[in-house]
Amino acid sequence: MVACVTDRGNLSEQAKKLLELIKIQPKPAEQLAQLLDVPLFKVRASLREMTDAGLVVDTVEGYTVTEKGHEALQRQDD
Amino acid sequence: MSELMIANTPHSMPRIGEKAPDFEAVTTHGTLRLSDYAGSWLILFSHPADFTPVCTTEFIAFQEIYPELKKLGVELLGVSVDSLYSHIAWTRNIEEKMGVKIEFPIVADLDMNVAKTFGMIMPEEHSTEAVRAVFIIDDKQVIRAIIYYPLSAGRNMDEVLRLIQALKTADAHHVATPANWRPGDAVIVPTPSTVEAAEARMKEKDIEVIDWYLSKKKI
Repeated sequence: MVACVTDRGNLSEQAKKLLELIKIQPKPAEQLAQLLDVPLFKVRASLREMTDAGLVVDTVEGYTVTEKGHEALQRQDD
Repeated sequence: MSELMIANTPHSMPRIGEKAPDFEAVTTHGTLRLSDYAGSWLILFSHPADFTPVCTTEFIAFQEIYPELKKLGVELLGVSVDSLYSHIAWTRNIEEKMGVKIEFPIVADLDMNVAKTFGMIMPEEHSTEAVRAVFIIDDKQVIRAIIYYPLSAGRNMDEVLRLIQALKTADAHHVATPANWRPGDAVIVPTPSTVEAAEARMKEKDIEVIDWYLSKKKI
């Protein structure tokens, strides 16, 4: 099981918050840690798991949501 | 190299000034890498075993200085060779019985990868438990200080905190700190490295010159 997804297959709260913050504009891990007021090491670990799960991708401008990530966010809202 | 020599080769350990070796490990806060902490300072510390008395007092003491450490931009990461479930049960027990919530992650180092990489196992002390090691790692992931305590003696958190403050003060002001230094005390000005500079130092008025090689100033 990946921590960014709960045992019921839903996004974790942290994963949801991160996806919401980068769904419009990519952001680097450092900025996300500041915006969420979460230690940088936790944000980096979450983004790595979310990258492995195919939800986000790291670009030159920072992390951005993949199609799979958008679909996962959409499912949460339904 | 013969098999006997390989068997007797001591496991190398990182030293002060070296880059801390990266690792990925399962922790009570999910899978973490040492490199996740780049950009902030880190105290990586080992303890011999969960559910043991000295370690329990140390964990409570580490938690007590954690807010102060965070203000200084320092994170805490514990390590022992216990399982993840043991760590979870122990920290829950500490909260339930002693009223202290352990907020920092603890590595479940069952294969002793982290303990061996950082030289935390001292076979003469115990072959399967880590001693009480403290590695202070800076924001560039360089090891800045190492403290070792045996199994029988709990660590002194005042010293851990004082050491962090001393290192950060030395970095910020390009100075050194004398014995028993505390924040607010005078610091040591770098020693002159030429005869001419030593002569000039003796004439300086705005610092406390005890002798050319020992001068202090307030910051």
